Amino acid sequence: MEILVCVKRVPDTSENEIELNSAGNDIDRDDLVYSVNEPDNYAVEEALQMVEKSGGNVTVATVDSEEGEEILRRELAMGAKQSVLISDESFSDSDGAGVAKLLKAFVQKGKYDLILTGVQADNGAAEVGGMLAAMLDYPFASLVNSIEVLNGNKLKVSREIEGGNKEMNEIDLPCVLSIQTGINQPRYVGMRGIRQVATVEIPTLGPAELGIDAASVGKSGAKVRRTDYFVPVLGKGAEILNGSREEVVDKVIELLRAKGGLQ
Amino acid sequence: MVETVHSSLQVSNWLEPARILFLMIHLLGLALFSYIVARRMQPLLRGERDVRFDRPWIRLERVLQYWLAQWKHPRYRGAGILHILIFAGFITLAMRSFALIIFGLSDSFGFPGEVGHLYELLTDWSATVVLLCMIVAIVRRTVFKPARYAVPERYGKGHPGDAIFLLGLIAILMLCDIFFAASNAAAHEQQGKVVESLALLSLPSILKQGLIYAPLPMLLNTRVAICILHEFTFYFLLCYRPFGIQFHVITSIFNVYCAKLDRGTVKPVRWGVANLDDVNSFGVKRFEDFTWKHMLDFYSCADCGRCSDNCPANAAGRPLSPRFISIKARDFSFQHYPVFSRSKADGVAFIGGLYSEDEIWSCTTCGACEEECPLMIEYIDKIVDLRRGLVDEGQVPQSIQKAMKALESRGNPYGKMPKKKADWTTAPEFRESCQVKILDDKQSAKTLYFVDSITSYDDRIQAIGRATARILDHVGESFGILGAAEKDSGHEVRRFGEETLFQSLRDKNLEAIKASGVTRIVTSDPHAFNALKKDYGDLPPVEHISQLIARNVKDGNIKFDPVKNDDAVYAYHDPCYLGRHNQVYDDPRNVLDAIPALKRVEMERCRDRSFCCGGGGLMLFYEPKEDQRMGVLRVKMAAKAGANVIVTACPFCMVNMEDAIKVAGMEGKMTAIDLAELVDQQLVRRDSVGDSSKPLIATSDVR
Repeated sequence: MEILVCVKRVPDTSENEIELNSAGNDIDRDDLVYSVNEPDNYAVEEALQMVEKSGGNVTVATVDSEEGEEILRRELAMGAKQSVLISDESFSDSDGAGVAKLLKAFVQKGKYDLILTGVQADNGAAEVGGMLAAMLDYPFASLVNSIEVLNGNKLKVSREIEGGNKEMNEIDLPCVLSIQTGINQPRYVGMRGIRQVATVEIPTLGPAELGIDAASVGKSGAKVRRTDYFVPVLGKGAEILNGSREEVVDKVIELLRAKGGLQ
Repeated sequence: MVETVHSSLQVSNWLEPARILFLMIHLLGLALFSYIVARRMQPLLRGERDVRFDRPWIRLERVLQYWLAQWKHPRYRGAGILHILIFAGFITLAMRSFALIIFGLSDSFGFPGEVGHLYELLTDWSATVVLLCMIVAIVRRTVFKPARYAVPERYGKGHPGDAIFLLGLIAILMLCDIFFAASNAAAHEQQGKVVESLALLSLPSILKQGLIYAPLPMLLNTRVAICILHEFTFYFLLCYRPFGIQFHVITSIFNVYCAKLDRGTVKPVRWGVANLDDVNSFGVKRFEDFTWKHMLDFYSCADCGRCSDNCPANAAGRPLSPRFISIKARDFSFQHYPVFSRSKADGVAFIGGLYSEDEIWSCTTCGACEEECPLMIEYIDKIVDLRRGLVDEGQVPQSIQKAMKALESRGNPYGKMPKKKADWTTAPEFRESCQVKILDDKQSAKTLYFVDSITSYDDRIQAIGRATARILDHVGESFGILGAAEKDSGHEVRRFGEETLFQSLRDKNLEAIKASGVTRIVTSDPHAFNALKKDYGDLPPVEHISQLIARNVKDGNIKFDPVKNDDAVYAYHDPCYLGRHNQVYDDPRNVLDAIPALKRVEMERCRDRSFCCGGGGLMLFYEPKEDQRMGVLRVKMAAKAGANVIVTACPFCMVNMEDAIKVAGMEGKMTAIDLAELVDQQLVRRDSVGDSSKPLIATSDVR
């Protein structure tokens, strides 16, 4: 099976203290540490495990500036066979549809049985996977937390729904799936692994290679624009309970009962 | 005994064929034994390289101390003394066996004159003592069954029959010796020959009294029969030894000679390979990835269970028992490299099969197992090598992966910003009393205080950093810290098998330390202490703060106020990397004992038998499968000793102890304090003499 995994470089939330910049239109990015978007990493691991079981190749692609190479190398070290950087100055500040359009152009240049994305990335929009599927006219399943390959070009996937319940689906290939974290245990990639792929050539694809009109993507093509960025003012409603452990526990139970949380 | 037979053989000519039989047994026995040992050597020859023949004098000294003098055995009084007696008996009797093998059937062997007579007396007693020991040992194994010999189901089946069978064989040998000496003396007496006196109260002398009136031909025939039985048993035992725990009788001397000499160090990924880029595969993934010495360890394990009896992970119910690291590997080796059929092991991977991942990650590298092992078997290096294999394959628990990634990008496992590394020095109350220099282009100092990640970033542990700084300040030390330039020492990174990441952290620290131009390093963290001392190399001298305090107490630079609380009873908990791995046991105790009115007790498990708190560094990020926390066990040990204050000298011990006190529900009954904090609290400050009512440290620093 030929699998494409779309990945994104994002500020690592576990290693950063996110603050707004002084202009108030973005987060302060001076001291940020970037890494691959966590759900995307799970998607790559899932793809690797699938090809380990039933053969094939894993390709990873990202739409980014040249700094995106960093995460592509990490995924190569993890075991992906190919990687591609979709990059051009005209691509920057694309909205979700713009990114999906770029990925669609790349998908149509190759032949992929399965396309995986992470369920969502740093901006929490969870939009690119669905849009990409629509543009390709492929079936789509979101929040996927297990995949089983069936005979006859089909997959059995489970989706995470309300309350931790699972919904089982059969889906025809080729398709797009957005992968939820927890689907597997991604393998560790150390410095040694990255060093071993340090010299691998990563192809960069621009508008010409993708056969795309630069004006239809990037800032000029974007139909969604961010206008402001702010941290909500802390409201009332938080109450710190004081006292001994027993007293605090009693108070919590009392409060939960009062609000109907306990019967 | 055989040489005496030979003289009698010459008398009775019909026994000449027996002489040929002896010769045959000798030759066949030796040939078979050589073959078996050669086959057992096979995996060792395929194992990885190891460096074990340097510093021969130190190694010889170790053989004398740990092998010949059985140094570690009395740590387990009963079993230890039993073993020493058996060992001494064996050595005495083995001299004759060795002589036999060397001189064959020569009639002339025997120590001359008085020495010979003394030696004969000694062997009478030896045989008696060893026989009695065998009986005690068999009774112990079958009736009393000490708990540490039990084999939990998850580690497979035990080999209780093996032990008893071998004890039985040795008992037969001893009985042969005893019967031979007795019947020989009885026969000589009947024949009117010169009778050598038998050792008083030894079994041969008692037995002789019973045999003295037996018919002479029967005595002579018994002698020959016993001889044959003895030779058969001897060679059977010799050849059977390489199939079980008795192999240690042969391998122990080599194992002790080749034992690891440098405490606290970790073996390189591959011996003799300087550039790690030349290594295709890291660590141990297949049996053949172990070094030959580590394989010899497996052969040498006597299955005595002392390692696991002392292992805190085992005590806490984690899926690790060091004993079975050895026994399982030995069984694997025997199975895949059999003596009488072809080897089946060409690179069978065994992680997930022979050892589970949880088993490998459960070890805190505290070193209790290695400290206890009478045969000096190593575990930490093997665990680290197995982890290197897991890391290389990407099989790292998610919680540890996060911390490792943070170490890679931020230089600390918490993912905190490097620019905030010195924030602990800026607490307003602290800054008033003590200013800490950051060593860079503008500021320099003689001494570097290497703080390390946890003391820099953890809210609670920062108090230990501030106490340390105040002590350094008090004794007039010119000191500073590296601030943002200091990365995690990487001590646990290395012991968790991430060698590449460790080396990158180490190189950055080495560069920063060298650039600072300091001539001395002090740290309050035993893990950093061990890393700087053992893992880094080529650094100015490194001291732990407890050593510096002890020195200054001795020199009179530090004086203490008496302890005010009459009810406080202190117990010192030895951190593994200060105690066992660096042998600093007395300095912290001397400091405590210098504090007037301080009541101190010792826990049963103290000094080199200290019980790990649960581990430090990356171990704080690991979520083990366990029945209870090691820290909880440790806190209960302190309570049992009658203490209500645990003093430690390690930031990780502090984290684990304070957590354990809460988990055990002992808040209010037990507290933990770092030695530096206690010293800082009791210190008579020059400027505050006569004003002892004033609190010396900010109350916010003591929780």
